Amino acid sequence: MAGTQRLLEVKNLTTRFHTEDGVVHAVNDVSYTLNEGDTLGVVGESGCGKSVHALSIMRLIPIPPGQIAGGEVIFRGRDLLKLNDDDMRRVRGAEIAMIFQDPMTSLNPVKTVGFQIMEALMLHKGMDKASARERTAELLTLVGIPEAAQRVDDYPHQFSGGMRQRAMIAMGLSCDPSILIADEPTTALDVTIQAQIVELVKRLQHKFGMTVIWITHDLGVVAGLARRVNVMYAGRIIESGPVKEIYANPHHPYTVGLLGSLPGHGGRASARLFSIPGEPPDLVGLPPGCAFAPRCHYQTPHCFREIPPLEEVSLGHMAACWEKDKVRRV
Amino acid sequence: MAEAVETTQTSRQVLLRVQNLKKYFPIKRGILQRHVGDVKAVDDVSFDVYRGETLGLVGESGCGKTTTGRTIIRIYEPTSGHVIFKGQDLAVLRANEMRGMRRSMQMIFQDPYASLNPRMSVLKIVGEPLEVFQLANKEERRERVAHLLQLVGLNPDFMARYPHEFSGGQRQRIGLARSLALNPELIICDEPISALDVSIQAQVVNLLEDLQGELGLTYIFIAHDLSMVRHISDRVAVMYLGKIVELTDRETLYANPLHPYTQALLSAIPVPDPVVEESRQRILLEGDLPSPANPPKGCNFCTRCPQVRDICEHEEPAFIEVEPDHFCACHFVTPATVVGAQTT
Repeated sequence: MAGTQRLLEVKNLTTRFHTEDGVVHAVNDVSYTLNEGDTLGVVGESGCGKSVHALSIMRLIPIPPGQIAGGEVIFRGRDLLKLNDDDMRRVRGAEIAMIFQDPMTSLNPVKTVGFQIMEALMLHKGMDKASARERTAELLTLVGIPEAAQRVDDYPHQFSGGMRQRAMIAMGLSCDPSILIADEPTTALDVTIQAQIVELVKRLQHKFGMTVIWITHDLGVVAGLARRVNVMYAGRIIESGPVKEIYANPHHPYTVGLLGSLPGHGGRASARLFSIPGEPPDLVGLPPGCAFAPRCHYQTPHCFREIPPLEEVSLGHMAACWEKDKVRRV
Repeated sequence: MAEAVETTQTSRQVLLRVQNLKKYFPIKRGILQRHVGDVKAVDDVSFDVYRGETLGLVGESGCGKTTTGRTIIRIYEPTSGHVIFKGQDLAVLRANEMRGMRRSMQMIFQDPYASLNPRMSVLKIVGEPLEVFQLANKEERRERVAHLLQLVGLNPDFMARYPHEFSGGQRQRIGLARSLALNPELIICDEPISALDVSIQAQVVNLLEDLQGELGLTYIFIAHDLSMVRHISDRVAVMYLGKIVELTDRETLYANPLHPYTQALLSAIPVPDPVVEESRQRILLEGDLPSPANPPKGCNFCTRCPQVRDICEHEEPAFIEVEPDHFCACHFVTPATVVGAQTT
């Protein structure tokens, strides 16, 4: 299923927000490539830049206070950051679609669910109303909404949380995008509903060969879904690699800590959790050196002086840590 | 049910006994505010909490787990049923008697941003329970607050600061310090970690466990994160639509879940191991949770149960002890089937 065709290349992406408190360095020098049909999991805690990086790719950062300060986002040979607004609008939704965390707030409450999906079809695909409506009903059936033909005229409040997220996915799929960016799509949902949505996306991906970027803080969801994983901390990718390799053999102390802080690691449910001391850093005025150093077990004076580059530890597996050869899973 | 438990294990002491607890919220319509129905948030729930243990209360949103916690401590008035704490029925106590009882039972809340008064300093927040019960003069209060802050891993020098100066994890620690101020025996933890980041969750859970060991606390731990509940609880009760469907010790629940809902819920938890995930077969539930204002007839779970049969739609299953210390409410789980399953 996964081709080798390069679809998206993010190079040195840097996004900042100019606020009253100072410059927030939300995304710092993020680079990766994505092949056709790939599933990339982006994991990290709140404020690590995982969502802002996706919004930067989509050029949905409010400017000002935001600013994409540097880098390139090459999609099918074009740098999205250099497109004019009209061209970018043609990419959004049609070629790269995004679904958001909160299905309660990302649908317009005064428009029917059907209208909101039809809108994209009429705009991007030039469909007339009748055929857009028909296609909308098909899409809603595809994502598992019962009696979709009737429910096209429902308003968002008539849908449950899980159904709204399905409708969002239908909207995301409506124009057959090459890339679907899912930003914490299941965080607001219950586990049984989350399981439904994860299975749905897997099934759809299999069917349409879509490329998926799945952003989440949940290492469990990523394990079941992604082929590759980027772990982010303080706006940087600190570890990247094939999913099995990252979980079995993490080489960044932060990844090690995250995995250790989950219950049930090492097979014993009652084993004491491994907790990472301290708090994530303030993205205003990040200190020089590695942002994780103050919380790190492996810290050396070098870590506080120079930012470690993202370097290969094994084939396709990269980590940004000066001590990466010593780091072992707990 | 509870009597049977006591005879099988006399070493355990019941600290809290909840019997047939119900909490219905009335639905009122029209200008006359006629009573047209009830949201059955908690519908006939019974369980015991033993001294020194952690009882996990899990379920999805809207299942009534938070309402159960709040009704026990009488933030909500129970519609019917008994809450027996150290031999006294809290459900019938007068408000001022109840206030005295709250010294022994405290609650910590989900949202560390909303549960602390932004206009009060940490000293005031943590010291307020002492002030309310007039347990300490100003100087003693300062000392006690400093001690409590130390206990939860915060620097006592921070006591003059205000909540906005703290991170989510630190605020949850402040909430915990406040709940410990009166030396309670029981703490009801209502989703204390779900608003926190993964690395901070582990810190708070470890702290809760340390304090339990140090102070001999009993916890009711309400959460929707089943893997964390598995980690922290001794026994776990699974709720669905206002009722407990299964209750047993942690090992049995996760190794041998009997209720179809528990089975589906456990199978829905993502496991942070790609190798395990690859080969896992999920039980996917159809549809959504029915409304607690209009629960289905018969078994509450019959609309989504993969093993549903005729009887489920007519008759409500009883919550019975199917093997020692293992309670389940399903027509097709009986002592006979459980024993049968073990011998075959």
